[in-house]
Amino acid sequence: MTDASQNYETGQHPDLPPPLSEVGILGWLKHNLFSSPLNTVMTILAIWFLWAFIPPVLDWMLFDAVWSADSRKECWALMEEPEGAACWAFIKSRFSLFIYGFYPEASRWRVDLSFVLLVLAVLPVLVDKMPGRKFGLIYAIAFPFIAGWLLVGGLGLEPVETDQFGGIMLTIIIGVTGISFSLPLGILLALGRRSSMPVLKMLSIMFIEFIRGVPLIALLFIASSMLNFFLPPGTVFDLLLRVLIMVTLFSAAYIAEVIRGGLQAIPRGQYEAADSLGLNFAKAQILIIMPQALKISIPGIVNSFIGLFKDTTLVLIIGMLDPLGIGRASLADADWSGLAREVYLFIAMFFFICCFGMARYSLYLEKKLHTGH
Amino acid sequence: MKPWNVPNVLSATLVVAALGVTGAASASTLDDVKSNGVLRCVVSTGVPGFAYPDASGTWKGFDIDFCRATAAAVLGDSSKIKAVTSTGQTRFTLLNSGEGDVLWRNTTVTFSRDVGVKLRFHGINYYDGQGFLVKKNLGIRSAKELDGASVCIQTGTTTELNLADYFHANGMKYEAVTIQTNDEGRQNYVEGRCDVYTTDASGLAAIRSTFSEPNDHIILPEIISKEPLGPATRQGDDQWSDIVTWVLNATVTAEEKGVTSSNVDEMMSSKDPEILRLLGVEGSQGEELGLNKKWAYNIIKSVGNYGEIFERNIGTNTPIGLERGLNALWTNGGLQYSPPFR
Repeated sequence: MTDASQNYETGQHPDLPPPLSEVGILGWLKHNLFSSPLNTVMTILAIWFLWAFIPPVLDWMLFDAVWSADSRKECWALMEEPEGAACWAFIKSRFSLFIYGFYPEASRWRVDLSFVLLVLAVLPVLVDKMPGRKFGLIYAIAFPFIAGWLLVGGLGLEPVETDQFGGIMLTIIIGVTGISFSLPLGILLALGRRSSMPVLKMLSIMFIEFIRGVPLIALLFIASSMLNFFLPPGTVFDLLLRVLIMVTLFSAAYIAEVIRGGLQAIPRGQYEAADSLGLNFAKAQILIIMPQALKISIPGIVNSFIGLFKDTTLVLIIGMLDPLGIGRASLADADWSGLAREVYLFIAMFFFICCFGMARYSLYLEKKLHTGH
Repeated sequence: MKPWNVPNVLSATLVVAALGVTGAASASTLDDVKSNGVLRCVVSTGVPGFAYPDASGTWKGFDIDFCRATAAAVLGDSSKIKAVTSTGQTRFTLLNSGEGDVLWRNTTVTFSRDVGVKLRFHGINYYDGQGFLVKKNLGIRSAKELDGASVCIQTGTTTELNLADYFHANGMKYEAVTIQTNDEGRQNYVEGRCDVYTTDASGLAAIRSTFSEPNDHIILPEIISKEPLGPATRQGDDQWSDIVTWVLNATVTAEEKGVTSSNVDEMMSSKDPEILRLLGVEGSQGEELGLNKKWAYNIIKSVGNYGEIFERNIGTNTPIGLERGLNALWTNGGLQYSPPFR
């Protein structure tokens, strides 16, 4: 019991609890939201904004939305007022088109299987504590070929032409191929650019500067329409393959510059240390230089990958139907057209989930590799 | 197919370069299509009523049906088509580089495309023209009253130039709200960022059909441009050009003669010699085209005549709801007119 009337000797007064207005919820509110007149006004404005904005959006997206109907008219008839809420029935009716594109229905299990195999291949690469990781990594290297065989067919499987690929499947194919092949290529280009061999150095610089100087869309146009003029008549050089090559080269040039930045941040002493241990060039790079350079470059590399993943939507311009293309084409169905908001929101959510996932993984990786004490 | 290898390609590239860029046109498109067993049509990535994929991914629409008709004539099976999706920018290069056999992609026939882009056009399967869509409650009844209006207009199209010409010729001013796609245009128009939406009349009808109250909007009577839409092929393959030309003519003649997909079998014993020639009962017109006798029969049996194709995809009973208008047969006051089969 503390009693105000009680007398203490000087310096012997027990600590009083802090005033109620400084601790707990009230204290937090006071310090963080209402610490000055300006902050108070901002807080009130923000609350008002959230209150005015969030409930209608949630109503539109979830609570009033129509989940099953057979046409736009039916959808709108089920709402209090036409266009008053989202009509997800449209997305539902086109869902398999969004996922598989025009892939033949009987063979879609191959796409599903490839996706499962992709997850199995990605796990050992991303998670270093996985048991049997060595075999997993060998499998990850073999995966592109297995998946390629599964998706395109041949050798016992019904062949499926790549122009029937579309939707999310196409985005993932382009994204994963671009990401997994552009990283090694980018490392080689970065080393080439820093090499003391003049020819190698010149070639790397020319390649990187040319690719960086040209928009991706121009490269895609070259891939889609100009290459055929230069190939002998009758040569079949698959459009998807051409696009994959272009996207990979494009991404590799950017990755190379990001990694070169990482290489430049490594002190000279590290190179000298490697030399003094008697390591040759390859060993020095693998054991000492690259682990440090790549660690520094992670944010930049992941940034490039996210950019690449989103750039895959550009294939729409050359007539390949990625989710955005499928969405636009579906909007031309007179039974449904006019539901553009639903389509774009759905696609935006897909890209957000993918890109946000990549960003979180890069943060996790940075923390795990943070060993500079 | 020969395996793809670098020396081969390099030498071939040099040869092609030495000969000048000739395009990948091989000897005969007809032979290519027959040996591939599938007809590759350059189509759009989605135009309401003209080309769109349904929920199962099957392409449908007015242009697609003509592609199917071509496949029925050449391969005897209207399902043997492959849709080569193209944007406005890539459609002609896809055709000229040999990635498509024929273009059915609501493409306006113009001098520069026929002559400059080196295409062959084969008649008109849809007569379109640019119009204006406005809200009824504005009280506007004629395009001449649009002075000072804000107009939603797609950039980089002929419609942009037509609009400028029309307003200039009539001494009116407008404020352009530029948009990229039809969806964007619709959204801007609905939210009132522009008073008027302008594009081809068929497109306006399609957009109007997506409003919750279509009757609150009117398409003004003035059509300010000619947009004849038709199929195209590469130059330099006359046999293939003839085939595409007469596929279109066969559908029009069939409608004129009253031959439909349901009565085509009875028509095989018709008294009209032109019907008999069309259906291959008499004469050797199929063989002369390099096709079999029943080419036109196959078209009508599996896809139907011009009127059936029109009504099924864009006619008054569809959500698009277009009248025949200029696309009625010449006998009904329209422009659809086929040279005779004789």
